[in-house]
Amino acid sequence: MNAGPQIDLSPVDSPMLPFQFKAKSRGLIPKGLTLAAVLIIVLMLFIILFNIFLGGIGVISWDFLTQPPENGMESGGIFPAIFGTVALVFLMVLAVIPVGVLTAIYLQEFTHPDSILTRMIRVAVNNLAGVPSIVFGLFGLGFFVGFIGTGIDSIFYHSGRPVWGQPAIIWASLTLSLMALPVVIVSTEEALRAIPRELKEASYALGATKLQTIIRVIVPQALPGIFTGAILGVSRGAGEVAPIMFTGAAYYLPHLPTKLTDQFMVLGYHIYVMATQSPNIDATKPILYGTVLVLLVLTILLNSVAILMRSRIRSRRVNV
Amino acid sequence: MVQYKFKPKSRIREFLGEKLIALNALAAVIGILLIFIFIFKEALPIFTSSEVRQEAGIGKMLFKQEFYKGREPKWSWQPNSDVPKYSLYPLFLGTLKAAIVAMLFAVPLGVGAAIYSSEFAPRRAREIIKPVIELLAGIPSVVLGFFALIVLATILQNTLGLTYRLNALNAGIALGITVIPVIYTVAEDAMTAVPRSLRDAAIALGANPWQVSISMVLPAALPGIAAGVILGFGRAIGETMIVLMASGNAAIVSGSFVDSIRTFSATIAAEMAEVVFGSPHYNVLFFIGTLLFIFTFMINLGGDFVLMRLREKIQGRTK
Repeated sequence: MNAGPQIDLSPVDSPMLPFQFKAKSRGLIPKGLTLAAVLIIVLMLFIILFNIFLGGIGVISWDFLTQPPENGMESGGIFPAIFGTVALVFLMVLAVIPVGVLTAIYLQEFTHPDSILTRMIRVAVNNLAGVPSIVFGLFGLGFFVGFIGTGIDSIFYHSGRPVWGQPAIIWASLTLSLMALPVVIVSTEEALRAIPRELKEASYALGATKLQTIIRVIVPQALPGIFTGAILGVSRGAGEVAPIMFTGAAYYLPHLPTKLTDQFMVLGYHIYVMATQSPNIDATKPILYGTVLVLLVLTILLNSVAILMRSRIRSRRVNV
Repeated sequence: MVQYKFKPKSRIREFLGEKLIALNALAAVIGILLIFIFIFKEALPIFTSSEVRQEAGIGKMLFKQEFYKGREPKWSWQPNSDVPKYSLYPLFLGTLKAAIVAMLFAVPLGVGAAIYSSEFAPRRAREIIKPVIELLAGIPSVVLGFFALIVLATILQNTLGLTYRLNALNAGIALGITVIPVIYTVAEDAMTAVPRSLRDAAIALGANPWQVSISMVLPAALPGIAAGVILGFGRAIGETMIVLMASGNAAIVSGSFVDSIRTFSATIAAEMAEVVFGSPHYNVLFFIGTLLFIFTFMINLGGDFVLMRLREKIQGRTK
């Protein structure tokens, strides 16, 4: 667009036109109604957060965070579930970051935005983000456990007892990583778009190849965005239950997972089973609230960090 | 000396690197294809195996069945009874009821908040609203399910005097909370994308700020708002943990919104763990998964298409 002469187009106050007053007061209704919608949403968020905070803060203690459950979940802590959640999202990030970042680099640096391949990838990414989480669970069971896992077993193990072909932390984290892929791609792309053209041109002018430019200039510049994507992915993955309930999560295990083929306890699944299948809900309720609080604090902290980082990336793009 | 020729080694590296990146970029496409193939594969016996078809054919899933001699034919989902019953209609009805409540709850709030933050909000208020909505979107669905199960259900039952504690209304409201951010984000994007020149033209013609937004921005952004609603509906259909925990999970055929319901997604989640591998029941659950996948895929394609057209239209106008 041509930058023409700047003309101030803000409305001029003209008290000579009486209809403006009428129009102004009528304008209060839509403004008030839409503001009410905002306030209801904010209020809902605070009620939920407040309720869970009040219900859960009483049981939070060092022991609660570091001890295993006892007495059929009626006392003790939730350490194995915290450990399982951290291990799960750690493996997930290891799997999703390289694939997501390279996809974003391909979309931003290698192809024309209107090419058929780019469009296909974008449609796939958008759709992947919309696939219901329970469908990811079915996929993880059918593909990772049933196809890949059983396949590995039939080639390398002949004991008849499944080793890889059963629900395990590796399959759960791979299922989650497919689910988190769009988050990482979108966030990395945003960071890539914020990189000033001049930096790349300077790199090419110094004789660097495309690959060298990507490794030495583009990826380091995009690191905050990649990091944001990883955090958003982790916060999503830490709270998801449906994709892991058939692919590796267990309600109670006496041991922490030590191998990739172990099952694991996880906060979200722990909440689900305690809330719906506990024989004595009144006895487990404090621990249940505490577990919810831990999960909520974890996801909100991660989300807040991601939101802050993203707003910093965005403001940098405006400044350059 | 300035080196201006690549060594052959680095040229190979360059070629391989580029191909590796291109291959990687196909991961999302391959992922979508694999999801469809592997879910549909397990659902396939419903069409191909005569044994499975006899117990759970398409006709038996869709139409009323006379399960016991002399009794009235009806729709029923009881896959574990002596006479397994696989009618999908009760599940369809439950899914629809929860989604309707969710949309009735989420559309006014989501669209309203989007209008406020793009049209009326001072800059500072907007900077607060957006992160609040993002926080709402970040609450894990199992936490919302827990809240609906323990807190919301009790409040609703006490204030409305309901027979069932867990019902379509309760699950639908909690579901609505996850749908609000979807609608808000898409609708707000669409409204802020309306070019400044359009607003300026309206102002130049003497319109007030609110007249600008009601008669100018809203109509221009309407397809975007509609896309947000469509995508939100897709989310409501596919969401699992909330309905699994807060809906009561009883497959009742009724028009009442305060009866318990059982949805497609919750059925898969509740029954997959105990199902016999390779049984007709197992195939039916994967068939339901296929239906969910196809439905949400269509919804997403539709929503994306509307948004793409809108973007082209708006950009076309500024040229």
